Amino acid sequence: MPSRTVAIASSVGLHARPASLFVQAATATGLPVTIAKEGGNPVDARSILMVMALGAKNGEVVTLSADGDGADAALDSLVALLSRDLDAE
Amino acid sequence: MSGIENRTFHGIGVSAGTAVGPLVIVTPAPTAPADEAATTDAAAASAQVRDVLEQVASGLEARAATAADHARPILEAGAMMARDPGLAMGIDTQLQSGKGPATAVTAAVEEYCAMFLSLGGYMAERVTDLRDVRDRAVARLLGQAEPGVPQLAVPSILAAHDLAPAETATLTSDTCLGIVTAAGGPTSHTAILAAQLGIPAVVQAVGILDVPAGTVVAIDGGVGEITVDPSQEEQRLLEERKRRRAAALAGGTGNGATKDGYPVALLANIGTADDARKAAKQAVEGVGLFRTEFLFLDRETMPTVEEQTKTYTEVFEAFGTRRVVVRTLDAGADKPLKFADLGPEENPALGRRGIRLGMIRTDVLDTQLEALAAAYQATGADVRVMAPMIATQAEATWFAERVRALGLPKVGVMIEVPAAAIRSRGILYHVDFASLGTNDLQQYTMAADRMQGELADLLNPWEPALLDVVALACEGGAAMGKPIGVCGEAGGDPVLALVLAGLGVSSLSMAPGKVPAVRTALSLHTREQCQQMAAAARASASGPEARAAVLAMADPVLTDLL
Repeated sequence: MPSRTVAIASSVGLHARPASLFVQAATATGLPVTIAKEGGNPVDARSILMVMALGAKNGEVVTLSADGDGADAALDSLVALLSRDLDAE
Repeated sequence: MSGIENRTFHGIGVSAGTAVGPLVIVTPAPTAPADEAATTDAAAASAQVRDVLEQVASGLEARAATAADHARPILEAGAMMARDPGLAMGIDTQLQSGKGPATAVTAAVEEYCAMFLSLGGYMAERVTDLRDVRDRAVARLLGQAEPGVPQLAVPSILAAHDLAPAETATLTSDTCLGIVTAAGGPTSHTAILAAQLGIPAVVQAVGILDVPAGTVVAIDGGVGEITVDPSQEEQRLLEERKRRRAAALAGGTGNGATKDGYPVALLANIGTADDARKAAKQAVEGVGLFRTEFLFLDRETMPTVEEQTKTYTEVFEAFGTRRVVVRTLDAGADKPLKFADLGPEENPALGRRGIRLGMIRTDVLDTQLEALAAAYQATGADVRVMAPMIATQAEATWFAERVRALGLPKVGVMIEVPAAAIRSRGILYHVDFASLGTNDLQQYTMAADRMQGELADLLNPWEPALLDVVALACEGGAAMGKPIGVCGEAGGDPVLALVLAGLGVSSLSMAPGKVPAVRTALSLHTREQCQQMAAAARASASGPEARAAVLAMADPVLTDLL
């Protein structure tokens, strides 16, 4: 299954507005995208509650995985999103 | 219902004005019944719960579409949570273990709440949103209407036990004719919001929730009277009172002064640049209290100097050459800042709040002062900066030096702590002015939590002990030749305003809607009469006796204002 790793660039970590933007983008791919912290279980990236409960902080590395048509392109776009400081924008 | 029909009862009037309309009851949230039937068909129950959550989500979205800017994100976030696949998964697990639907929703939500509470900060705050979704879903599963303030189809009078800030976020004076609460006090959130919006309101109206929804009621937010199913004659009397009130208030828009010309400046309390623009259009002599908290609360990080400067500049520009008294950030344990949280405290009201927090997090205070100085430089406005919760001379000098070092023209303190009132002379030696925050001054003088509605008797602003403390502060002001204002709720009561003027207060700041009544009250009495009223109030044995004594001495036209 295609997967990518990326460090969280948002200064506040992956919660509040950045989490909401990420979840909306993951939902929009139409694919069952998951997100996991290093050594942790993957959770549904389309769930704002699960993503916020991850508590991924600024600089922490997460793994995104997805299966299906266009999974590679979808993951690349999500990686690009998490590489930006969403909170500052 | 014969016991309820045509009944009149009383509460505490907290926002003057009269209204007649159908009663809408703000229903409390139901809980999942302890004996809810177990789930036997998990798949069917899962479909039912998902359907209900979708209804909750669409309901919140529909409200978001028409909500004010500040309320929209809260409602949209709620809709997103109701549709959350993680929540649905958690609920499915509970249903598969045999729990009934409402119990399963409650349990799944609590699992996330526990997780968020342990993460603290921003996440802990989301617990309120999540539980709101739970309350709505549980009510629908039990076949009830969603709790909270409903969409008002026709202009109505709202009745509730008490209203939370989130519940009042969407209220407007177009659809909400009046507010009646069974609990709450004169300084509760409901009271302050109602006065700001100019909606008549009565609190502590025990029994209002026994009146059936839809019943027409008449309320008088001045005297705190509620008439259920009013007769034609009663409605006529209320109209008459409204008319006389309008006539008494038609007395002009000039500066505040007693009948013999002793000036008492009439100022507005504001919280945002939007408030400033609205208040500036009214006949007020400036701002007596600009609460700056709104810039800071609900923020992840401290607002930058640039952002703060922009807001302060907008406020100063709105008032041109009129004075603007700015209170620096009054945050602390009960209004924690996410970016400057000092942790939980046993007694938040007695903890590290106001200037105490400012002296620990000097970066937060200095950033604010820098922005205020920049906005002052840009506008040349009549800016006066004051610190909250000052108790000692050392705190006053510490603050005054910082403010003056930045070139800000006038520095003052809030007198909310009895220590500062008792020793106001020493404190005023170091600053240019003081403003009495009567709400906090009262809670500290009476050792009574102002959020505790059950203690309303101790929180009557007519309490002679409070008037004595105000008098002490004013004596210090007179001795030092420095002005003392009032910016608590007491200043907006047209009768109490006379007493405060008699005690020597030189300005009164209040919700802008209260200014006309106070202006008229002052214009009907001489300074000497005000002083006699102050003496009579202080000689009384209790708050209600003090008020009765002053009313007996007042011009009869004053009663039309109540």
